Amino acid sequence: MNDIAEIVFWMIPGLPLAAFVIVFIGLRVLRVNDWLGALLSIIATTASFALSVWLGIRLLIQPQTRLIEGFSWFSAGTGMNVDVGLLVNPLTVIMLVVVSTISLMVQIYSVGYMRRDGGINRYFSFISLFTFAMLSLVMSNNLLIMFMSWEMVGLCSYLLIGFWFHRPEAAKAAKKAFFITRIGDFGFLAALLILFNATGTFDIEGIHQAAAAGIVSATAITWAALGIFFGAVGKSAQFPLHTWLPDAMEGPTPVSALIHAATMVAAGVFLVARMYPLFEQSESALTVVAVVGGITALLAATIALVMWDIKKVLAYSTISQLGYMMLGIGLGGVWVGIFHLFTHAFFKALLFMGAGSVSHSTHTFDMREMGGLGRKMPITCITFVAGALSLSGLWPLAGFFSKEEILGSALESQPILFGIVLATVFLTAFYMFRVVFLTFGGKYKGKGKPHESPLVMLAPMLIMAVLAISAGWLNADGTIGSLLGEESNHSWTTGIFGVFTHSLTWVSLLLAAAGIMLAWAMYSKNWFSPKKVSSRFTSVNSLLLHKYWFDELYENIIGSRLLNNGLFRFFEIADERIIDGAVNGLASLTSYTGSMARRVQNGKLQNYLLIFITGVAIIALVAIIIN
Amino acid sequence: MPGLEHYLILSGLLFCIGLAGAVIKRSAIVILMCIEIMLTGVNIAMVAFSRFITPVELTGQIFTVFIIVVAAAEIAIGLAIILALYRNRNTIDTQKIDLLKW
Repeated sequence: MNDIAEIVFWMIPGLPLAAFVIVFIGLRVLRVNDWLGALLSIIATTASFALSVWLGIRLLIQPQTRLIEGFSWFSAGTGMNVDVGLLVNPLTVIMLVVVSTISLMVQIYSVGYMRRDGGINRYFSFISLFTFAMLSLVMSNNLLIMFMSWEMVGLCSYLLIGFWFHRPEAAKAAKKAFFITRIGDFGFLAALLILFNATGTFDIEGIHQAAAAGIVSATAITWAALGIFFGAVGKSAQFPLHTWLPDAMEGPTPVSALIHAATMVAAGVFLVARMYPLFEQSESALTVVAVVGGITALLAATIALVMWDIKKVLAYSTISQLGYMMLGIGLGGVWVGIFHLFTHAFFKALLFMGAGSVSHSTHTFDMREMGGLGRKMPITCITFVAGALSLSGLWPLAGFFSKEEILGSALESQPILFGIVLATVFLTAFYMFRVVFLTFGGKYKGKGKPHESPLVMLAPMLIMAVLAISAGWLNADGTIGSLLGEESNHSWTTGIFGVFTHSLTWVSLLLAAAGIMLAWAMYSKNWFSPKKVSSRFTSVNSLLLHKYWFDELYENIIGSRLLNNGLFRFFEIADERIIDGAVNGLASLTSYTGSMARRVQNGKLQNYLLIFITGVAIIALVAIIIN
Repeated sequence: MPGLEHYLILSGLLFCIGLAGAVIKRSAIVILMCIEIMLTGVNIAMVAFSRFITPVELTGQIFTVFIIVVAAAEIAIGLAIILALYRNRNTIDTQKIDLLKW
């Protein structure tokens, strides 16, 4: 990669930024034809995509890291120098490929999905801004710039969730996403300060070197790692900050596919991977990562079982899979988590596109009003099923390979977490095929006439389906693993077919198949009705339907009782009584004194004269006494 | 032959009488008259001081002439104000003229 000109690297995030500036400022102000903005965005993203893929191919030939010096942004005091630069290592390139591919596919898909909406320029300018922010987050060599990009993707998420801001739910969901991720950002910022305090630099490599050299104390490393992870918990919607992601489904579906399935929510996982040398030095931080990931995976998968909204199922599935990634990083190292991130991005974006395609023709997200769409939308159905099979982890699809690695690393180190992962495998297969049978199987229950989506939506879905099936094969000979520091030497065929020599493979495949069969028995054949099952376990069902009461806990107990009626009420009273009280008291004291003193001015001329004479007399007396 | 102190006692008496009248009386015209008495008291003190302390220079006398002139002007204006007041309010009782208050 050393022979590539530096400008190429700058162009990757630079082009979407240029597209944003032109589309947002130029076209929106000038009110030029809407579709010109879409075209510009897509061209810019295509260029970024081509460059990223080119970098990816170069990386496969010769893996190496390249540091690109940029410019000095600012310096303050002695020793605080912030330089903007790019750090391009294999991890970066993998993320670049994922982000630019999904972004491009989603933009093409959006042309079809959003064509009846107003504000196309606004939509595409935000998508471009998001692409820029995400790419610069991935490429930055500097934690401070990374934090800025981190906030920028959060902003774009807010803007795009609230794209239909005239709908109160969308506005509310956008606000919720922004606030809850902000709680996590606090942890990131704190970790940033701890690290700068300990090492005196924001440079990622510099921090890693300082940590490796033992300059930073062990407690500082642990706290910094936990802070960074807390940031990732917010962004990647991990337990206990997961509640914003399902609500974020109020945004347009392509946005959900891009931001809330494949890229931005994976930024948290990427952050942990980027700072992995720090985590490596703190056993406890890694354990926290793995445990939180495991809890999230199981928790979200159980909620996904009972949701009726197709996007909500996918949202909880995303949370669950992000938990998988965290668990993979915590137990198996960077490459396990990132490999799952890589495959998950493709099949989850595909599933969201499928859900979008379905709702595009049925005008609903409620699966109870769908059914029988398999015949009416065959291509959507086939691609969706491919994605679902990949997500369920069936051989030889992408999800299978990455999930196997997570299972393997869990089996080696943590038996309890391994149990959780296995349970989640079963649940995942079940809820995904519940969606498939409810949506595409049976008879159509809604109104209107569903029809297949236009080609501009189907083409990206077909491409994504191919990727969702094949992305895992990239690692069949250990390519991705070796890029990310896990050496393994075996051939392609052993990578793909050799898995059947492990008993673990059979266990997970059987569990996934059992999940699919159960979904088939319940939702397709109706051998035992879901209604009976839910009435049998009413308490469990209501617990799941209410999503473990997390929203109620946060809104009513923490938000309303503890904060609004507790802490904030205290502040309010303190403000009203003490601060306002002091000011108002002073004012009313002045006013009272005035009302007393003004009696003296009664308008009677001779009173004034008398007072005046008394004053003069007193002064004279005093003067005489002193003398 | 009366000395300085006699003049000063007379001057003080006149000033106090005038002052008492200005504070006590209600009629605005009487108050004006009382002020004139006070001024007269002051004038007597001026002339007396001039005569007994600096007999050659006539500073006190000149000052007195000034005060008499200013007092005349003041009376002219004061009477004009009282006249206007009477036309407006039909009274010159200072206790009743107390609009300009809190």
